[in-house]
Amino acid sequence: MATEALGRPVMDGSRRPFMRRALPYLLSLPALLVCIGILIPFGTAVYYSLQRYNLAFPMTRGFIWFENYTLLFTDPGFWNTVRVSLLYTLYTVGFELVLGLAIAMLLQRRSFFNNTMSILLLLPLMIAPAIAALMWKLMTNPGFGILSYFASLLGFPDFKWASASSSALFTVVLIDIWVYTPFMMVLLLAGLRALPRQPFEAAELDGVPQSFVFFRITLPMLTPYIITASLFRMLESIQQFDIIYAMTQGGPGNSLMVFQVAAYLERYQYTNVGRSAAILMVLWAITFLLSNIFIKQWLRLRERARGVA
Amino acid sequence: MQRQTVIGRGVRVVLLTLVGLFFLFPIFWVLLMSFQTNQDILRIPPSLVFTPTLENYGALISGRLESTAGVLEIRFMNNLMNSVILAVSSVALSLLLGIPAAYAFARFKFRLGEDIAFTLLSFRFAPPLLVLLPLALYFQQMGLIDTYIGLIWVYQLITLPLILWIVRGYFEDISEDIEHAYRLDGNGWFKTFTRIAIPLAKPGIAAATLLSFIFAWNNFVFALILASADKQPVTVGALAFVTASGIQYGQIAASIVLSVTPTLLLALYAQRYLVEGLSLGAVKG
Repeated sequence: MATEALGRPVMDGSRRPFMRRALPYLLSLPALLVCIGILIPFGTAVYYSLQRYNLAFPMTRGFIWFENYTLLFTDPGFWNTVRVSLLYTLYTVGFELVLGLAIAMLLQRRSFFNNTMSILLLLPLMIAPAIAALMWKLMTNPGFGILSYFASLLGFPDFKWASASSSALFTVVLIDIWVYTPFMMVLLLAGLRALPRQPFEAAELDGVPQSFVFFRITLPMLTPYIITASLFRMLESIQQFDIIYAMTQGGPGNSLMVFQVAAYLERYQYTNVGRSAAILMVLWAITFLLSNIFIKQWLRLRERARGVA
Repeated sequence: MQRQTVIGRGVRVVLLTLVGLFFLFPIFWVLLMSFQTNQDILRIPPSLVFTPTLENYGALISGRLESTAGVLEIRFMNNLMNSVILAVSSVALSLLLGIPAAYAFARFKFRLGEDIAFTLLSFRFAPPLLVLLPLALYFQQMGLIDTYIGLIWVYQLITLPLILWIVRGYFEDISEDIEHAYRLDGNGWFKTFTRIAIPLAKPGIAAATLLSFIFAWNNFVFALILASADKQPVTVGALAFVTASGIQYGQIAASIVLSVTPTLLLALYAQRYLVEGLSLGAVKG
């Protein structure tokens, strides 16, 4: 199906050469307008981040270059945000990768049961993360929550889940794992099923032990899929807002004060527009770096998938 | 590929059962709660035996919640309607804008095209609040704060890149020779696009449509910041409802069930499209 002749435009003689040249621009004009529409508020955000701008004190508004940033970098609260965000990203992506890979390998063989299972496992991914948090809120309610009940059966009679700062991170990471492991699973399962069979058949003929097959054949061949899926999840995880906001709004204390929640509260609770924009600019720099690596990886994998098809 | 022993098979079944329990139990449990009265929900230890009631759904649909503390007005059906309006019109607009652009990017290699495609994609991964917070101020000035139009426009940030990139891949897979042959018969560019290219890219368009609908439906933060109370979708509405109703756990569960049913049914109905869409076409389903 794939054609190599994508590069050249469709030419049919020199009839209406201007229209022909203008056509791609006309067709993509609406998308271009949306792009410009995004770039304007983005520019505004950059501008805000260089201003002393608090809605509660409009008189003090003024241009202060990088003072918001220098204030941020000397504030332990901001470093707590960096720490919590990185821990959240590390835990969620790490567990989701291991769990997703394990489930994908369990479901690798095509059978009616495995196919049905892989479809049903997709369901949590289809639930809005904010709603998923509400579901877990009901299940971890200290009075009647089923999970609190299970915890008490396991010998933790008053496990506080998201309402204690010692277990809040654990709880939101668990919800994230519940929602997003299916994403890892589905990508890695497709990857596993797309691998060539010959190396595995040869290994079986030679009686190579399974652990060797896994570490020397499966894992290396699956690496492009693992990298792409992990980068994608990292990009989302470091920006997580919905689950944490719906669950605890960053609390208790500032135990879940990740980037976007911190910026949201800075803007709506403390009306500090400048500082909020600066926090988001730091996050943007991180995601910009990650997304560039991700897009390269993804394009490479996409070429490969279309080459196979 | 793998030696299937009896023990191996047993371990596999046990592990998969555990996995299934972890991922499906919460959905099952909240569904049960939505059919329980508050007395049943508050019972300890929790029990699977109860007389199911439709009261919770009744209260949500009628919009009046009568309790010992008085009568509470619920606007949840309004939220549900908003979700439908926002998701459907955002996706429709994205298809209208995205399919011609995807075709242009696939058929004509032009510098600006690549730049637009990448800008859209990279903003898909930028922190949404960065754009939303300034937008909230602009929306106030432009009088868009209380309208669907403003929200639908911002929703293009989620739906348009998805449609653009998935459909583009499908257009690139169509052999140009087919289009050439059709054009040699004297058909114009537009006819070729609508009669040949679009029908051939249909599976891609279907996948992109379903996925972008699900993402639009599930979005939370856009409406949280930009929508006024009577334009809020279910994601924001359910959270507001939890805050307002406090202890009406049965109704909360019912509102959750109503919010997730459309996307779950769509996903089950269209599961064969999901894999390709989720990876923006990087992995064939």
